[in-house]
Amino acid sequence: MEEILKFFLEYKDLIFIIVLSVFLGIEVISHVPAVLHTPLMSGSNAIHGVVIIGAIIVMGHAENTLSMILGFIAVILGTLNVVGGFVVTDRMLEMFKKKKK
Amino acid sequence: METITKVIEFTGQISILEISYLIASILFILGLKKLSHPATARSGNLWAAAGMAAAILFTILFHQKDGQPIGNVIWIVVALAIGSFIGWYVSMKVKMTAMPQMVSIFNGMGGACAALISMMEFPKMQDHLASGGATNMLGGEGIAILLGLMIGGVSFAGSMIAFGKLDGRIGDLKHPILRIINLSFLALLLVSIILILFMKPEAGNNLPIYLFALAALIYGVTFVMPIGGADMPVVISLLNSFTGVAAAMGGFLYGNTAMLTGGILVGSSGTILTILMCNAMNRSLLNVIIGAFGVAGAAGTEDGDKTVKEISLSDAAVLLSYSQKVFIVPGYGLAVAQAQHLCHELDTLLASKGVEVKYAIHPVAGRMPGHMNVLLAEADVPYEKLVEMEDANNEMSNTDVVVVIGANDVVNPAAEDDPSSPIYGMPIIKALDAKNVIVMKRSMAAGYAAIPNNLFYHQKNRMLFGDAKVTLQKLIAEIKSL
Repeated sequence: MEEILKFFLEYKDLIFIIVLSVFLGIEVISHVPAVLHTPLMSGSNAIHGVVIIGAIIVMGHAENTLSMILGFIAVILGTLNVVGGFVVTDRMLEMFKKKKK
Repeated sequence: METITKVIEFTGQISILEISYLIASILFILGLKKLSHPATARSGNLWAAAGMAAAILFTILFHQKDGQPIGNVIWIVVALAIGSFIGWYVSMKVKMTAMPQMVSIFNGMGGACAALISMMEFPKMQDHLASGGATNMLGGEGIAILLGLMIGGVSFAGSMIAFGKLDGRIGDLKHPILRIINLSFLALLLVSIILILFMKPEAGNNLPIYLFALAALIYGVTFVMPIGGADMPVVISLLNSFTGVAAAMGGFLYGNTAMLTGGILVGSSGTILTILMCNAMNRSLLNVIIGAFGVAGAAGTEDGDKTVKEISLSDAAVLLSYSQKVFIVPGYGLAVAQAQHLCHELDTLLASKGVEVKYAIHPVAGRMPGHMNVLLAEADVPYEKLVEMEDANNEMSNTDVVVVIGANDVVNPAAEDDPSSPIYGMPIIKALDAKNVIVMKRSMAAGYAAIPNNLFYHQKNRMLFGDAKVTLQKLIAEIKSL
C-alpha cells in the first residue's frame, strides 16, 4: 500500500496530466459528425506521432552503434507517422473543401 | 560567476522547451476540436501539425539529459528528412480509395516507433539498476517501458494485418481456436510484465525483453486476424488509440509533457471515436472484437427457390431516363471499381434529361465512415447532392429508382425485419420504399458481413450484373443513344 502511495506522490504531476487529458480528449471530439470520423481518426493518428520526440531523445543520447541504428530507424518511423498522417488528413479534407464551393 | 550564468542559461533553455511543449499541447487540443467540425477541420489539421513541428524543433534545439544536449543532430536531421520525404511522397501518391490502408500503415509506424524506444530504454534502465544493486525493476519507469513496448508492438503488428486485409492481401481467419490463442497471449503478456518487473536486474540480460516484444507482435497478429475485413475501420481506430497510449507511455518515461498530452488525447478521443463508429453500425465494441459476424448469421434465411430478376442495359437506360427522381446508393464496390467519375457522369447525364439525381450516403458505407463522401467529392459531385441516410429515407417514397452501386449490407432489409441477423438493428437505407430498385453488382456473392441480402430477391428489385465501372460505361452509352 505504501508503495502505491509513494508511486502516486512521485508521479503526481504526470498522473494529473493523464487524468485531465483523458477527459479533455473525450470532451473535445464528442460531437463529431459521422462524415468527419475518418479525417478525425487520420488527424489524431498524426498527433500520436508525437512519439517521435521520444525517438529523438533516445537517438540524441545514444551511446553505442546499436542504439544509434535503432534510434535512426525509430526517428524515420516516427516521421513517417507524423508527416504521412498530416498530409493524408489534409488531402482528405481538401476534398471536403472542394465540394463546399 | 561563471557557474551561475551557466545555471541560468541551462534553466532558460529548459523553460523555452517546456513552453514550446505547452504551446504544442494547446495546438493539439485546438486542432482536435477544429477537426471535429466540417468548416474548420482542415485548419485544425494544420494547427496540430504546427504544434508538432514546434515540439520537434525545440526538442532538437533545447532538450537536455543530465546537462547533455541532444547529440547526433546531423543523423537525426537525416532521419527526419528521409521519413518526411517518404511520408510525403507516399501520401501524395496514394489513391483516395486506399486512404484507409494508408492511415493503418502510418499508425503502425507510430506503434513501432514507440516499441523501439522501449526496446532501447529497457537495457539502459536495467544496467542502471543493476549497477545500483537493485533487487527488482518495479517502478514507474519499468511499467512505462513495458506497457509502451506491449501496446506499441500490438499496434504495429495489428495495423499491418489491418492494412493487409483492407488491401485484400490477407483474408479472414476465423477459427474458435484463435480466440483461445488470442486470450492466452494476452494473459502471457500481462503475466510477463509482472515477472519482468520482479526480475533481478542483470546488466546485459536482454533476452526477456526481446521475447516480450515478440509475444506482443504475435498478439497483435492474432488480435486482428479473426476480425472481419468490414470491421477494419473500427479496428484501425482502436489501434490508433492504442498507439496514442503507447506514445503517452514514452511521455511518462521521459517526463515529457508534449508526448504525454498528445498521446493521452489521442488515446481517449480515439477510444470515443471507436465507440461512435460502433454506434453508427449499432454494434458494441466487444461484438466487433469477438466478431459475431458470419457466425450467427446465415441461419435465418434460406436461398431455396428464390429467383433473381435481371434487367437489361437498355431497360435500365429507359427506366432511368424517364424517371423523375433517382437515388444512387454507393458502396465499397464503387470505390474498388474506381467508378466514381463515371458515376458523376451518369448523374449529370440524367440531370440533363431532367431527372433529379441524388446520392444516399450511409454513414458506414465503404470501408470507413465518410469514405463515400471523400470518394464522390474527388469526382466533383456537388456537396448538395450527397444526402445523409435519414434524409434520404424520408425522400424514398417519392423516388422512382434507387440505383445501388457496389453496396450491400447498408441496404439489407434483414437489418429491419430479421431479428436473428447479425446486423439486425443497424440503420439502413430503405431502398425498398422507392418504386424500383436496380442493384449493380459483380455477382450474387454476399457482402462483407457475409449475410444474404433479401433485397436482391425482392420483386421491386432487378439486378445489373458486372463490374461497376464497365456496367456504368455501357449504361451511359446506352442512355446517350436513346
